[in-house]
Amino acid sequence: MTTVLVPPSESIPSLFELRNLACERDERCLFSGLNLQLQAGELIQIAGPNGAGKTTLLRVIAGISQDFQGELLYKGKPLSLTHWEFALDSLYLGHLPGVKKALTPTENLLWYMAQRGSTGDATQALASVGLYGYEDTPCYQLSAGQLRRVALARLYLELARIWILDEPFTAIDKHGVAQLELLIDRHLAGGGLVILTSHQDLTLPQLRTVDLRDYEPQSTSAEKNEEAIYG
Amino acid sequence: MASISSRQATEFSLFTGFIASVKRDLLVAARHKSELANPLVFFLIAITLIPLGVSPEKSVLTLLAPGILWVMALLATLLSLDGLFRADYEDGSLEQMLISPQSLYFTVMAKVLVHWLVSGLPVAILAPLLGLMLSLPASGYWALFLSLLLGTASMSLIGAVGAALTVSLRKGGLLLSLIVMPLYIPVLIFGASAVGSAVQGSVIGMQLAVLGAFLALAIVLAPIAAMGALRIGANG
Repeated sequence: MTTVLVPPSESIPSLFELRNLACERDERCLFSGLNLQLQAGELIQIAGPNGAGKTTLLRVIAGISQDFQGELLYKGKPLSLTHWEFALDSLYLGHLPGVKKALTPTENLLWYMAQRGSTGDATQALASVGLYGYEDTPCYQLSAGQLRRVALARLYLELARIWILDEPFTAIDKHGVAQLELLIDRHLAGGGLVILTSHQDLTLPQLRTVDLRDYEPQSTSAEKNEEAIYG
Repeated sequence: MASISSRQATEFSLFTGFIASVKRDLLVAARHKSELANPLVFFLIAITLIPLGVSPEKSVLTLLAPGILWVMALLATLLSLDGLFRADYEDGSLEQMLISPQSLYFTVMAKVLVHWLVSGLPVAILAPLLGLMLSLPASGYWALFLSLLLGTASMSLIGAVGAALTVSLRKGGLLLSLIVMPLYIPVLIFGASAVGSAVQGSVIGMQLAVLGAFLALAIVLAPIAAMGALRIGANG
């Protein structure tokens, strides 16, 4: 078995780690050399202008896209070895809510609970996101914000520690945003890790911003030098 | 309130996940009634038109019936394939399936099973009835039902690979047919041959055995191929 080299100073491996991560899209390098160590209790906001690769990065972290170079480590072990544990311990909410419009909010949540083996009260979770009374309304009758709230209700049901949220505040009203911030705060206090993208300014003190512009390939000057030498 | 200690005690089970997926897809299918009826109505209309378009002569129809019934059943299956993963792709459920701790193999199997339950199975049940319309001799009824039962299941599985490959294309219908059609040909040949043999009074054990073998092979391999295709589709 090959052991992963961990710097000796680090006794406890970080919950999640990106090593020298690089992604490209349509032959354009989005970011490269991205190194991040994420600890429990941290809130990471991925920042950057539109098209900087925020969603791409989150999809790579969540394990949806395999289209990257570099290494991902969960609890100090490569993701390929800990795939299942990571899947159980992480929760991804993307641009698309992942809610079936033909079904009711409760039916949607029950499917997710069975898929992920979580136990909890779906009705209570829906009430927590302000959908009390809509439990049995087909989702096609709900507004965009309410659809997103159905997806957000999953946060109340799951025991996953790593939350990966892509623009979670989209289409949510002010009160909902405040509630979600409160929930994130509670999750962080309970030893969770939250990675999110948002154009909203967050007020939580645990916030750490990672700007993808810092990893843009202007730093390819080294490669250019190589080209000059070998070319 | 769920505490951290219950993390280990989560009720994670492959079986509950599979059942939940089957239940959910059946519910979705039941709420899209027009899509549900689509392959069946196509099958019904196409078969009804044959005596009108070709010839109402009994001897001609008897000769054509096994092949026509099988070809139409195949096309009816093909018609309903396009939406197999498309809806999940568009509403984001597919991403969630890919990163779910559940085995993707069983999630794909659940989707295929539901597809077969709402398209293949009704077609197989309806076929003998329409055989009557094409004056298929009574000796062919059981062969038609059994061969379609096995054949449509294989076709749903093979079709899932094509549907998975074309999931990220906006208009994948034509490509899907081109990918899947050649793979359907062996199933069609043995299926139609089973009905033809039964009509002539010979035994059909061989054809049914070959159809069964196709199905066994498809159950093992098709979901794996579909899984790979879905992962590639999600990368793009």
